[in-house]
Amino acid sequence: MTAGSLQYFTDNIGRRNKKNKIFLLLVILLASLTVIPVILIIGKIVIMGISQFNFSFFVQTSPDSLQAMTAIANNETIPGGIANGITGTFLIVLLSSLMAVPAGIMIGIYLYENKNHPYSYFLRNLTEILQGIPSIVLGIISYLWIVKHITNGFSALAGSVALAIMMLPMIIRSTEETMKMIPNEIKEAAFALGAPYHKVIFRVLIPTGFSGLSTGILLSLSRVLGETAPLMMTALGSTVINYNIAKPTSAVPLLIWEFYNDPNMVRLVWSSALFLMIFVLSLNILSGRLSAKQKPERKK
Amino acid sequence: MTDLITHNDKPVLKVRDLSIAYEQGKYAVKTVTADIESKAITAIMGPSGCGKSTLLRAFNKMHELYPNISTKGTIFLNDTDINNMSTIELRRKIGMVFQRPNPFPTMSIYENVIAGYKLNGIRLKRDERDSIVEKALKDVTLWDEVKDSLFKKGTFLSGGQQQRLCIARAIAFDPEVLLLDEPTSALDPVSTSRIEDLLVDLKESYTILLVTHNMSQAARISDNSMFMYLGELVEYGKTDIMFTNPKDPRTEGYLTGKFG
Repeated sequence: MTAGSLQYFTDNIGRRNKKNKIFLLLVILLASLTVIPVILIIGKIVIMGISQFNFSFFVQTSPDSLQAMTAIANNETIPGGIANGITGTFLIVLLSSLMAVPAGIMIGIYLYENKNHPYSYFLRNLTEILQGIPSIVLGIISYLWIVKHITNGFSALAGSVALAIMMLPMIIRSTEETMKMIPNEIKEAAFALGAPYHKVIFRVLIPTGFSGLSTGILLSLSRVLGETAPLMMTALGSTVINYNIAKPTSAVPLLIWEFYNDPNMVRLVWSSALFLMIFVLSLNILSGRLSAKQKPERKK
Repeated sequence: MTDLITHNDKPVLKVRDLSIAYEQGKYAVKTVTADIESKAITAIMGPSGCGKSTLLRAFNKMHELYPNISTKGTIFLNDTDINNMSTIELRRKIGMVFQRPNPFPTMSIYENVIAGYKLNGIRLKRDERDSIVEKALKDVTLWDEVKDSLFKKGTFLSGGQQQRLCIARAIAFDPEVLLLDEPTSALDPVSTSRIEDLLVDLKESYTILLVTHNMSQAARISDNSMFMYLGELVEYGKTDIMFTNPKDPRTEGYLTGKFG
């Protein structure tokens, strides 16, 4: 470094410090710009939704418009709840997990095992395309496949097929990424013991990557939990608790849409939204915990 | 070129014209022929990239995992061509220990030792399993250190302990041959010397093939030594003779530190 440039540094220290401060301020400002809306959204939902949060909200089915109107007129809390939505959501999500999780994990492992095979490139591209398809389109597809030809009417099954297709790309991706993180030596160690291929996958690779796999599954679940559009065309909704997968079934986001369309039940929109938010948030936190656990365990 | 190539009294492994290529026409191991003495430590040494690990991994057909690797020539285990043996049978008779300690992270110490049986679907009675685990861990001098924490995860052990656990995992299957791919290169000197002592004890019961780029390690513990250079088996002989009186100028150059 020449003497001249050193001179430059010492001369401009004051100006450089000022620049640093301005930049720091800018960063803080922009960061708070993203935090403020989140706080406002959560705050609003909690304040508006908490009034309806009581025991019956979770165990009773949704009220009809008249009951809600009477309750509002008498200044009481609206009776009934979203039990039909909660059970419906669980039913649909359970079904779609049963379809998407085994398929997704197997495809993910296939992609990891055959990185450079032409079929893997093809599959990977398909997965990406699938990720980009709007959920409502998947609803239409599921309507054509299931509603029109298999269950001959709106059904939980049709809803779960649409959601399963949505879950697939995320599970495939996360499985492949998780498998890549497992050291090759672990796999070789299993093979060196003479283990057959399926045992290596089921007894070594999947248990080793378990937390990573569950993270992917939980994230994909929290993504489809809030889906409304594909369910409108498939599960339709129902005012009663339904466990028959061939019958129309409600779901929490569907109920929110229905409540929104009824001026007497707008208060229930907030409570249902609060429930959905808490549920999805806890899934996200859980998956975050799991992925933190995945980092290699070290001796203390 | 060397005396030991086909003049072993009791060879357990015989290598005949073995060539291994990672790419078409690019050989990592070039027409190697050698006999491996039973119940002895044979060190394979040479500079990085000389094909020593590649040669070692041919003995238990690890190259089968990577379809782009092509192998020519034959290896005999007790006069049976290993290509005529099932991979599972072969790997039961030839155990392997890797460069970095790799206990299965989801399994306890106990499960790691018994993993060979578990992963092959071999069912054992409880006391049979217990005695196998105890014997294997005693053989690798790990028993006293872990007997109270057998059901803790193997990954909580120190590096040297993990590597001994991996050796226990390999010998729990009671193999004839033990392949070790630079087993101490990731370990500290104290753990290294413990593993070296252990290997000297283990050669009573097993034929040991040890890949190392550490010449002094080969000198300390091996009975026979192979020197490989650029895929060729340059020299193969009794360790004490080879280290004092190398026949090939390349071996001499490596041993005296001119390259490598």
